[in-house]
Amino acid sequence: MILSLLRRFAQTLLVLFGVSAATFLAMHAAPGHPLQANPELRLDPTAVERWLQLRQLDQPLLSQYLSWLSRVFRGDFGDSLLYNRPVVELIAERLPSTLLLTVTAFCLALFLAIVIGIYAATRQNSWLDRFVCTLSLAGISVPNFWFGIVLIILFAYRFPLLPSVGLRTPGDGSLLDILRHMLMPLFVMVAGNFAHYVRYVRSAILDVLNQDYIRAVRSRGLQEKEILYRHVLPNAAIPIITIAALSLPRLFTGAMVAEYVFGWPGIGRWIITSTMARDYPVIMTVNLYTASLVAMANFLADALYLLIDPRTR
Amino acid sequence: MRLLNNSSLFFGFTLITGLVMIAILAPLLATHSPYQTDVDNWLQAPSQQHLFGTDRLGRDIFSRVLYGARISLTVGLLATFLSVGIGTLLGLMASFYGGLIDMLIMRFADIVLVFPSLLLVLTLVAIFEPAIWLVILVIGCTGWPSVARLVRGEVLRLRQSDFVASARLLGATNRRIILQHLLPNALGPVLVAATLCVPAAVMTEAGLSYLGLGVQLPMPTWGNMLRDAQAYLRYAWWYAFFPGLFIFLTVFSFHLAGEGLRQALGIDRSTRRNKSA
Repeated sequence: MILSLLRRFAQTLLVLFGVSAATFLAMHAAPGHPLQANPELRLDPTAVERWLQLRQLDQPLLSQYLSWLSRVFRGDFGDSLLYNRPVVELIAERLPSTLLLTVTAFCLALFLAIVIGIYAATRQNSWLDRFVCTLSLAGISVPNFWFGIVLIILFAYRFPLLPSVGLRTPGDGSLLDILRHMLMPLFVMVAGNFAHYVRYVRSAILDVLNQDYIRAVRSRGLQEKEILYRHVLPNAAIPIITIAALSLPRLFTGAMVAEYVFGWPGIGRWIITSTMARDYPVIMTVNLYTASLVAMANFLADALYLLIDPRTR
Repeated sequence: MRLLNNSSLFFGFTLITGLVMIAILAPLLATHSPYQTDVDNWLQAPSQQHLFGTDRLGRDIFSRVLYGARISLTVGLLATFLSVGIGTLLGLMASFYGGLIDMLIMRFADIVLVFPSLLLVLTLVAIFEPAIWLVILVIGCTGWPSVARLVRGEVLRLRQSDFVASARLLGATNRRIILQHLLPNALGPVLVAATLCVPAAVMTEAGLSYLGLGVQLPMPTWGNMLRDAQAYLRYAWWYAFFPGLFIFLTVFSFHLAGEGLRQALGIDRSTRRNKSA
C-alpha cells in the first residue's frame, strides 16, 4: 500500500515537472514579449533590448528554463516584470484576503451541503428533495460572474444596502465594515459551491442507503437516527471528503471570478491582470502553485481512499 | 421517479430546441441589426421598440442577444465535438494498449481534469491573441479527460462480458471488437458526457469573453455583452441582466437534459472514483 502511494507520488511529481515545462515553453515560444502586451506603448528599441537582457529574456529557451528551474529549487520564484518585486512577496500580500473569502466560503458551503444533502437523501423523492435537486441544478447553471452582477444591481444600486466593491471603506477597518463588504462575494461563492457539493452529498448518502448492510441493520430494528449516524454517515464520508478535496481547484477559480467582479483585493484579481499583461514569473509561479495544489488534492484523495477503504488496497 | 426523469429530459430538450431555433432564426426574429448604433437612443430601458432595452451605443440588446446565441452555441457544440473526439480516442487507446501508455494518458487526464481550466485557458489566451477559433480549440482541448475516463472505464468493464468473449472465440480481431462491440455499447455514457460538455463550454466561453479574453467586440456574445455592461450597472440593469439570463438558460437546459438522459439510460453518476487508473 505504501509502495503504491509512493509510486503515485512519483508520478505526480513527474506530471508537475511536465506541466511546468509545457507552460514555460508555450509562454515563451509565443511571438512577442511582455512589453508588447500593451500596443499603445511606444518604446525605444535599445531600451527594450536592454530590458530583455537584464531579465535574461534574450537567452535561448532551454537555458532560460533550466535557470528558472534551478532557481525554483532554491526557493526563488523570480521578480514580477510588472511590479519589479519578488513574486512570493506579492502573493503573500494578497493571500490573506483571498483565504478569508475562500476558507469561509468553503466551510459554509460544505456544512450547508452536508446538512441539506442528508435531509434530502433521507427523504428521497419528497417535494423537498425535488426542490433541493432542482435548486442545485439551477445553482450549477448560474454563471457566477452574472450572479455577482445581479446582486450588485439589486443590493448596491436598487436598494443601496451593501458596498459594491473592495474589502473595506477607506479609513474604516472595523470588522462590521469588512463583513458588509464580504457579504455579496461570499454569497456568490457559497451558493455556487453549495450547489455542487449538495448533489454529491445527496448521491453519496443514497449510495450507502441502498447497500445491503444498511438493510441488514434496519432489519435488526435499529432506529433510523442511529442507522444514519452510526452506519450511513461514516461510509458516506469517504466520497464526500474526496469530492471536497478535488473541488479545491474549482474553489480557486470561483474565487478568481468573484474577486474580479467585486474588486476584492486578493490573488485571483491580480492573477487575471498579470496573466493578461504576460508577467512571465507570475504566470509560472501561479500555474506551478495551482498544479501542485491540484496534484496534492488528488494525491490526498487517493491516500484517504487507501487508508479508509480496505477494498481499494 | 420515472416521470420526473422524463420531465427533466423533456424540459431540457424543449429549452435546447428553443435556443437552437433562436440561433438559427436570429435574422428573422431580430427587430434591429445587432450592429446598428443609434446614439440618440442609448441606454434606453426595455420598451415595445426595444424589448430588452439598448446598450451604450444605442444598439438593440434583444437583437444582440439573439445573435449572441449563434456564437455561444457554436462555440459550445464545436468544443464538445472536439472534447468527445479526443476523449474517445485517448480513452480507447488507454484501455486498448494498457501498461505505460495507459498510465501516461490517465495521469495526464487526471491533471487536466482537475486543473482549473479557467487558469489554463487564461494563460493560453494571454499568450496568443484572443480569437473565436482559439476559444473553441482551448475549451475543446481541456474538456476531454472526463470523456476519456468514461470510455476507458466502459471498455474495461465491457471487455469482461460474455459477448466479447464469444466474439473473440469467433476469431474477431481486437480492432473489430473495439469498433463493432465495445464502442457502440459505450455510446450511452458518452452521449451523456457530451451533453454535459456543452454547458461547461458555453460557461467557459462566457467567462472568457466577460474577462475580455474571448470573442472580441463588436461581434456580440453573451459574455462580452456582460463585460460591456459592467460600467453601467448602476443606471441600466437590463444591459447586464438579459445576456446573463440567456447564459443561465442555455447552461441550465443542457444540465437538465443531461441529467434526464443519464437517469433515463440508467447510468450511475457514481461518487466513487475510477480506481483502476
